[in-house]
Amino acid sequence: MTDIMHDDRSAFAWAMSDVLTIARRNILALVRIPSSLVFAILQPIMFVLLFRYVFAGAIPVGANFGSYVNYLIPGILVQTTIFGAVGTAIGLAEDLQRGLIERFRALPMARMAVLAGRTVSDLARNILILLVITGIGFLVGFSPGGSFVAYLQASLLMLSFAYCLSWGFAYIGLAAPNSETAQAMTFPLIFPLTFASSIFVPLQSMPSWLQVFARNQPVSQTAEAVRGLMLGVPHGNATYISLAWALGALCLLGPLSTRVYKKVA
Amino acid sequence: MSTFAVEAHDIVRSFKDGEVQALKGVSLMVPRGEVFGLLGPNGSGKTTMVRILSTILAPNGGYATVDGFDVVKQPDAVRRRIGLAGQYATVDENLTGFENLRMIGSLNHLKKSYVISRANELLAQFGLSDAANRTTKGYSGGMRRRLDLAAALVAHPPILFLDEPTTGLDPQSRQDLWGIIENLVEGGTTVLLTTQYLEEADRLAKQLVVLNKGSIIAQGTSAELKAQLGTTVLALTFASTDDAARGLELVRELSDKPANVEGSLIELTLDNGPRAAADALRRLDGGGITVTGLNLREPSLDDVFLNLTGHKAEDEVPADVRPSRKAGK
Repeated sequence: MTDIMHDDRSAFAWAMSDVLTIARRNILALVRIPSSLVFAILQPIMFVLLFRYVFAGAIPVGANFGSYVNYLIPGILVQTTIFGAVGTAIGLAEDLQRGLIERFRALPMARMAVLAGRTVSDLARNILILLVITGIGFLVGFSPGGSFVAYLQASLLMLSFAYCLSWGFAYIGLAAPNSETAQAMTFPLIFPLTFASSIFVPLQSMPSWLQVFARNQPVSQTAEAVRGLMLGVPHGNATYISLAWALGALCLLGPLSTRVYKKVA
Repeated sequence: MSTFAVEAHDIVRSFKDGEVQALKGVSLMVPRGEVFGLLGPNGSGKTTMVRILSTILAPNGGYATVDGFDVVKQPDAVRRRIGLAGQYATVDENLTGFENLRMIGSLNHLKKSYVISRANELLAQFGLSDAANRTTKGYSGGMRRRLDLAAALVAHPPILFLDEPTTGLDPQSRQDLWGIIENLVEGGTTVLLTTQYLEEADRLAKQLVVLNKGSIIAQGTSAELKAQLGTTVLALTFASTDDAARGLELVRELSDKPANVEGSLIELTLDNGPRAAADALRRLDGGGITVTGLNLREPSLDDVFLNLTGHKAEDEVPADVRPSRKAGK
């Protein structure tokens, strides 16, 4: 019986297979309940419209950006991918709540696959949202001056950054008692990171004490890099700093979340 | 190879930094190829025991083996030999019945082609073929339980843990599930079953352990436990608590087990129900006490507890069952 039942693969190959199985399951859920995806897309659209048409006139930006819409869209894209990463916290908390994780823990699957599968499916979701918001950006007048390759690099950079953050949100999802609380718990974290940043407004407009935080925090660095690449304007070492933050977060938060997953009851 | 499918020695587990003692040194020896019943009220530690044996939770003390493998040191070997299904019927609501089984099959590292045929086979066996391609959100409680059990069986585990598999099910679904479990055992599977229902344990389990507040208070075959218990419970209702108290004096000696008194209700455990009932009525009538209600029934788990501990099974629930995480029941 063993012969027809079991497949002989290495532990690593099976771990990858487990990650894909979990990711596929999450993506199926996304397809089956499209409303969650619709709202995940609607929210950044609202932000685009709000800043593009309501606040734009009140926010002066440097001449090298051309217009505020060029300044804004790369920022909104970064914000959108970060908000997308919050889905990891919500999804994991939901699985815990429903007792599904309990079943997974009694299976001979790779321990990290539940977390990795979730971050992978959230990445896929983020790519889709990013494409839609990019389209919306062009519709409202975004005209980047950088090369196409630089544009792709910028997209890759923010997706990687958001992916690494996902592992941190996984930790929150595992620690929260339910999905509503998980979502609320991410708020005090992403609110200052996305708003006290160069996503919407130039740093020079902020009080000097806030500038110190805003200039050096990872989201601003990512926004600077993405904007610089897309528009073809100088952005110093922002790309490398952003990548360093992302890798650092992954190396620290990945093992941390996996450890919590093994323990959480 | 051990003659026992599951062995547990002095398992201790507490929650909330030792505040709640869920298991206080529980030992079990589950023979192969039969149903072993773990009986107890809510909060007695049944679920905690199952979670420890299925490697979900580590014990604070003691050790356990499943199919000869240590649950703490060799969890993956244990996981390859067990199936787990329970009262929470943890199926994925957003997947169809078939997709649920396929997912569990691939996470069990089975061949793709095998998983597909096995999933279809199980769906047919459990009467779910028609619902195979519907998401389980629309399944009834009984259908979910059957799918949950099917998921536990995808990889043909020799040992099955069933945590209150029929709690909350209607009588027909319960009968169906019992039939399925009996078939599995005929096919050689070992089943560790937890239940609150004496009837269920009686029907399925050869051997029983009764848990109360994290300790074993009785064990043996179901016949042995029943013999200890008597066969019938006589419930008498009176017009007032005064009448009940005076009535108790008259009928107490009909049973050698402690009587249960609640307000104007008296319950006696008897070996020969009908004759003892007639006897009780004669005595009460002779004493001039009116009986307003009379009922003869099979002993319940409560009666077992009353008999074993002298008090009713308390329904206090320590943080034993996946506490704050569960939405609803």
